[in-house]
This record gives sequence, structure tokens and C-alpha cells, in this order.
Amino acid sequence: MKIKIINGYILDPSQKIEGIGEILIEDGIIKELNINRPKAGSRSRGIKDTTNKKDLSDTKIINAEGKYVVPGLIDMHVHLREPGFEYKESIKTGTMAAIKGGFTTICCMPNTLPVNDHASVTEFIIRKATQEGFCKVLPIGAITKGQKGEELAEIGTMKNEGCVAFSDDGNPVMNSLIMRRALEYSKAFNVPIISHCEDITLSEGGLVNEGLLSLTLGLKGIPNEAEEIMVYRDLLLAQLTGGRLHIAHVSTEGSTKLIRDAKAKGINVTAETCPHYFSLTEDAIIGYNTNAKVNPPLRTKKDIEAIKEALKDGTIDVIATDHAPHHNDEKMMEFEKAPFGISGLETAFSLSLNLVREGVLSLTQLIEKMTINPAKILNINRGTLKIGSQADILIFDMEKEYHVNAKEFISKGKNTPFDGWVLKGAPVMTIYKGIIKELV
Amino acid sequence: MLTSKDLLGIKELTSEEINFILDTASGFKDILGRDIKKVPTLRGKTTVNLFFEPSTRTRTSFELAAKRLSTDVINFSVTTSSVVKGESLIDTAMTVQALGADFIIIRHSASGVPHLLAKKLKASIINAGDGINEHPTQALLDAFTIKEKKQEIKGLEVAIVGDIVHSRVAKSNIYCLTKLGAKVRLVGPPTLIPKEFKDLGVDIHHNMEEGLKGVDVLMMLRIQMERQGKGFFPSTDEYSKNWGLTPDRLAIAKNDVIVMHPGPMNRGIEISSEIADGPKSVILDQVTNGIAVRMAVMYLLAGVKR
Amino acid sequence: MPKELLNKTDIDRALTRIAHEIIERNKGVEKLCLVGIQRGGVHLARRLASKITAIENKEIPVGSLDIAFYRDDISIREKQPIIRRTDIPFEITNMKVILVDDVLFTGRSIRAAMDALMDIGRPASIQLVVLIDRGHRELPIKADYVGKNIPTSLNENIEVLLNEEGFDDKVILEKKGETNK
Repeated sequence: MKIKIINGYILDPSQKIEGIGEILIEDGIIKELNINRPKAGSRSRGIKDTTNKKDLSDTKIINAEGKYVVPGLIDMHVHLREPGFEYKESIKTGTMAAIKGGFTTICCMPNTLPVNDHASVTEFIIRKATQEGFCKVLPIGAITKGQKGEELAEIGTMKNEGCVAFSDDGNPVMNSLIMRRALEYSKAFNVPIISHCEDITLSEGGLVNEGLLSLTLGLKGIPNEAEEIMVYRDLLLAQLTGGRLHIAHVSTEGSTKLIRDAKAKGINVTAETCPHYFSLTEDAIIGYNTNAKVNPPLRTKKDIEAIKEALKDGTIDVIATDHAPHHNDEKMMEFEKAPFGISGLETAFSLSLNLVREGVLSLTQLIEKMTINPAKILNINRGTLKIGSQADILIFDMEKEYHVNAKEFISKGKNTPFDGWVLKGAPVMTIYKGIIKELV
Repeated sequence: MLTSKDLLGIKELTSEEINFILDTASGFKDILGRDIKKVPTLRGKTTVNLFFEPSTRTRTSFELAAKRLSTDVINFSVTTSSVVKGESLIDTAMTVQALGADFIIIRHSASGVPHLLAKKLKASIINAGDGINEHPTQALLDAFTIKEKKQEIKGLEVAIVGDIVHSRVAKSNIYCLTKLGAKVRLVGPPTLIPKEFKDLGVDIHHNMEEGLKGVDVLMMLRIQMERQGKGFFPSTDEYSKNWGLTPDRLAIAKNDVIVMHPGPMNRGIEISSEIADGPKSVILDQVTNGIAVRMAVMYLLAGVKR
Repeated sequence: MPKELLNKTDIDRALTRIAHEIIERNKGVEKLCLVGIQRGGVHLARRLASKITAIENKEIPVGSLDIAFYRDDISIREKQPIIRRTDIPFEITNMKVILVDDVLFTGRSIRAAMDALMDIGRPASIQLVVLIDRGHRELPIKADYVGKNIPTSLNENIEVLLNEEGFDDKVILEKKGETNK
């Protein structure tokens, strides 16, 4: 099966290539990539049929005129909920939602039931994903058995089975000695330790960001410091051990400052944030909106500005979704009982494009943070349009406007605070392993 | 003149609406002084008391108010219901609506529950206390009582003493009194008074003697044993020594100060018995006024166009 | 353009005549009390009481009655009625209560007033004074003493304006929607 993508504006940060050109895909691999007009000035907006009849008749032509062509996006923080919580999401529905959102590779967190703290669970996930998944699924294994924070899980064996990173996400590793050991031990297997930074003695019972708003809503708050104390601790441990640390879902100004300083000192740390941390403040919870209840919580304007600054200067390397689907019934409850989480795969890219429109990032920088940067951290051969790589490609329309309609989400999780928002810029076609998944 | 079918909190009311409720309550207080303490105003309507937290005085007060307006009253107490069997909050509420409730008086340990019900149900939802958020009818009856004794609320020096952070009564009172123009100050240990309250325009004192100077109205709060987490203060003994209301401390306030308490009291801990039973205490007036104020709230909500 | 039906002197003469009628029919003022219905009836009740006192040289108890809680139209009214005070500082049980209102129209206010009185006590009898009877009764209610009968149509309004409220005494007729107070 041959596919040719023509007239699109190709942007591949991994090779520092951009311009209008063509890509030829054969048997699921990128066979050719030619830029006809590097960094072309104007691009025509309408879609014209410029099919060159001289092309081979066994090639499917995709006319990407007026659209961008980039490597398929990589999301290194997704909760697929399978095994154990299939009523919230399954590998099948989660990967379908990923494709809709423009992602061709996703990493799933281990807080399933049973926890992915053993090679057998890793094997199950990989097998299920191969059978039913719509995109690539790379499991993240647990750091500790049962994610209890007490004993290290079999990191080496799990890596062999297919885990690309390790995290107790959902939980922090409260015990500093265990975190130290994890960072040291992981060096043998060259895998990153992804840390969910939260001091649960400070955040205990907390539901939203601590401040005047939480006070006037009568909701127990989680102070910024609950995140920052653990960020700092983990940075010091990374420095002590030389292990590879990746900080998950950064949400506060203080965290960005700590990470910036650590990087300047040469500590081996990378960091990610999520679209809701640069798109919404704590005001989204007014009216007790459980769809805005997330951990870490939505913060203040000041924190949003700092997150954008950190994205701009490279302190934050990756934009991930922390896709956390929940069943409708679970979010339709007393605020304090509703689970934390936002279903983010289907809105992430559009929200991230806002950063380009606001001048925070160039389009190239944005694509970097969602393709080659996570690929490097995970040490995988993806996020690139290099000749010979698997044909994982996203075609998107920068101008397409649409209403977010949670009811129509492909994910089982309809829990989004962005319901009803008008977003601009959306995936139009996602190609995985050379197979087209049309989305318009 | 009320714009919403529900009473969820003082935050949602304007000062005009608050005064309208208080004026209406005066009319109802007259009824309570008569031989026949009943009016046919809301005849045929159904009131459901949906209390997920234990309460005697508030529930009884609402029950009396509802009956005096001639509504039919059902008491739905959580321990005797299917909630114990694991029924979700929404299912319980929809069942109550299907029974034909016109008014649902809800008390729940989770903040925001009345707001959730107000969105889902057609009945008028009255918040009788949600978590550590608000207890609006308590603040309204407190304001009514103050107005009765002091004529004007504007410019009064009001001190609220005790466990502010866990007290929905304190919060509703802070919102209500500041909206009506009183000067509010909070007195208590720093662990129980978050500094963010300063942003609401109130003063904060940690020294009781300082805090009581020149006070016209003194509101004492119950030390909530059941809401304490860890480390807020070392012992009730130490609390009482530093922030308990004794006759000596009461003398620091103005001569004509009135002493209020939402009840129930921990006699000897936050307030001494002789003050609770003394001439400056208006605690029992608060109870009487509570019925009139709750009648006013129900009457006015019934008149709001759906 | 509202039309003036009664002026200050007309009103005063009507009240004087009614005061005499009350005394005549009740053969004196024993056990008599006046209760004005908020708002219009309250001032008229006081004026009547003064006139009766001037004639008989005896004080008559006067009270005011708010009927908001006894109305039958709570859920259909456009605006919520403002509560005014009910102030009847005397026993009405076994007394002859003279209800006073400014305009008698459908009769529903009077029905509500009678229900309210019944919850306050057990009057020996209730009589009704109205300054204006404009017709269009919806209930079997009849005034015992009428200042003036003025037939009206349903798209008209009668307003009684009184000094106590800050106006010159007069009774005006206006077409609905024409209010220019």
C-alpha cells in the first residue's frame, strides 16, 4: 500500500526540516520526503484537487494543501484504565481517542487493577494493545510494588517486557530512601523515573488549589508547596544519584523555578506539563464543577504565566495530557467524593496550538514538545519523519474552528472542563503505521 | 424580589435581597406571637428535610417554619434510609423529587451539595449547612437578631471568635455582615483563622483581649471536636485559657454588647455558663427568630418565577 | 390622562357620612373597633376613628392588617408583595370589627382579610367600609358602607391618593398602563 502526501506544509523538528513538500509512504514506512518549497511564504487556503495523473495508480494521494504535516504526536502520560477499570476507559477506546487527538504513540500509567508492577501485567497490556489498539501503546511500569512506595518493583524484568519508563503516578513516592534507590537502580536500565510530586501530608484531604477561592467555596485546599517540596527533594536526589528524573504534570510557578535552577546546575531532569495548566485557572471550579477537579489542581494566573515562560525557555520539555477518564456517574457527585481527572486526549492539541497563537511558542517548538522531545526522554525511535521510520504522521488544519462537545468524545471519559469551548486548529488525519485514520 | 429559586448561600445574595428577607421575617415574627401561629400561605406544598448530618435545632426549626406556613413536612434522616445501603446522592435526591417535594432543606457534610441539587432538581433547595461552606439561614437569623437589638447593622463592630476555618456559620456571617456594612473582626488561634480572610475585608486578632475592645456584637463559635484534624491547637484546656469567654473578657467589650452563639454550646470551654445565661446573651432570641426567618425564606422562594 | 372623580372635599364628606352611618347602624360605639387593610385602608380607618371620636366623644381602637400571607395568588403574581406590619394591639374576640379598605374590586382581598381576622381571634361580627366600590366582584362579598359607587371597565384602574402618603387627597380613574404618579 503506497500513500503520497502532497502540497502539505511539512514540519519535522527532529531533522529541522520545514516547507511545502511531499512524503511517500510504502508498507508502513516513510520511503521518501522531499521539500519543494522550503519555508514557503504564503499558503493557499482552499483545497484544490491537484492530483497528478502521472502518479502510479496504486498510490493513494492525500492532498494536504493548506494543512500542516508533522510526525504523529507522542503522549507520555495517559491513563488507559485497562486492566481493572474498563468502565472508565479501555485500551481500545483510549487509543481511538488518542488517534482522534492526533497521537500515534501513548504511554500508559501503571495505576490499573492489578497495578502494572509485574512483567505479566506489562505483557497483557502490550498484547491487548497489539490486538485492539488503534495506536502504539508503551507501558510505564510502577516504581514500587502495588505503587505502595515501600519496595522496588522488578524494573529490569519489566523493561525487558516492554516498559519504557517507571512511575508510581497517582501517588508520590513519599519515602525518600525508596526514591533514592529507584533513581540509582534505574541507571542500570537507562530508563527515566517519572515523579508525581506531591507531599501527601500537606495535601491530605485537599481538593482544589489552596487560596481565597478554596476558602470561600468551603473546599479544603492543596498549597503550591505540596508540589514544590517534592520537586525539590526529587531534584536533590537526582543530583545525588545521577539517575534520570522526569517531573510529571508541573503546575506551579515555584516548581518551574526549581527545575530551571536544577537544569542550570546540570542535573539530569526533564519536565512535562498539561494543557489544562496553561489554559485554566482555579476559577474553573466555581459552581463546584467536578470536571475541573484534577490533581495537581488548577492554579492561579501567576502560575499559568510561569508555566508559559517555562515552556518558552525550555525548562518544560514536554506537553503531555495526563488523560484521566472517569465515568459520568463518578463525576456527578459531591465535589469531595468525585475522582480527580480530566479526559484530555481529544482537546490537547487544539489547546496547545493556542500557545503558538499567543506567541509563547513557535509552531516548531510546540511540535518538538509533543514529538521528538518525549521520544528522546523515552529513548524510542519515533516522533520523526526521517526516512526509514515508521509512518506515524499527523495532518492538521491550523484554521479549523469547532465546538468541544464532550458527549461526542470517543473516549469513554466525557469529563472535561472545556465542554462548549470554541477551539481553533484540529487534527484532520492521523496516519499510524502507514494506515490512514480519517477524522474530519 | 429574590431572583433564584434556591437559597444556596449568602454569597449569592445582594444586600437588597438580604434586607428584603429580614423585612419579610418581621411580618412572620408577628404571627409567632399570636394564639394561632399558622398562616395558610403555602398550603398544599411539600417540604422535605433531607439531613445527611445530625441536627436537632436546625431541623426542628425548619420543620416548625414549614408547618406554620401550612406545608406538609417529611423528615428524611440519613441513618434510616437507603443512603446507608449505598444509594448515590443524586439517586436519593431524584427519589425525593419524585415524591413531589416543593422545598428540599438539605444539610450535608460535603460543600457544594446544595448547588449540585439545585442544578438537577426543580424544587427550591434551601441550604441548611454544607460542609465548611455556608449556613445561610443561620447568618440571616443572626442578622435579624442583631437588627432587633441594635436597630442598624451598618458600622457595628462585630467579633466572631473561635474555629473560623471549619465553621460554615462563621463564613456565612462574615459574608452577610460585610455586605450589610458592619466591621467584622475574627479572633482565635492562627491555625483556625486562615490569613486569606483579610482579603474579605475583615481584621484578624489572635489575642482575645485585643480583639474584644470596643465590640458591639460578640459571636462565639463552638469548638468543633468532630471537625478537628490534627494539630490545630494542643488541648481544649489551652484553648479555653486563651480564647474562652469569661466575665473579665466580656467586660472589655462595650457595655451594651450582645453575646450570640449558634448552638449547641460547650459550656465552660468557649463560653462560661454565667454569660450564656446572663443578661447580655441573646442566644434564645436567635432560636425564636430562626423560625420567622426560615418562614420568610420559604415564602419568598415560593414566589420566584421558575 | 387620569380623570379626577373625587376631590379632597368629596372624600371628607363621604367619610363624615360613613362615620354617622356606622354609629347609627351599631346604635353607638360599644364594642366597636376599626381595622384598616394595608395600605390604603389604614389611613382611612384612622380618619374614620377620629371622626367617630369627634361625634361620640369616645376613643375607638384602630388597628392595621396585612393580608399578604392570606392571598390566593402567591404563585401567579408578577412581583412578590412587600410585607407590611399587622398591628392590632387589642383583642378582637367578641368585638364588632369594622374592616376598612380604599377600593372594593374582586373581593379577594376582603376574603383574605376575613381569614386573617379569624386566625387572630373570634370577632362577634365583621362589617365592611370601602371608599370606592368599582364593581366586578368575583366572590359573594358586599360592602356595608360605601363612599361612592363607580362602575368601571376592566381596562381601567382606580387609585385613591391620600395626604398621608404625600399626595393631595383625590380619587382618580385611569386607563391601564397610564400611571404617571
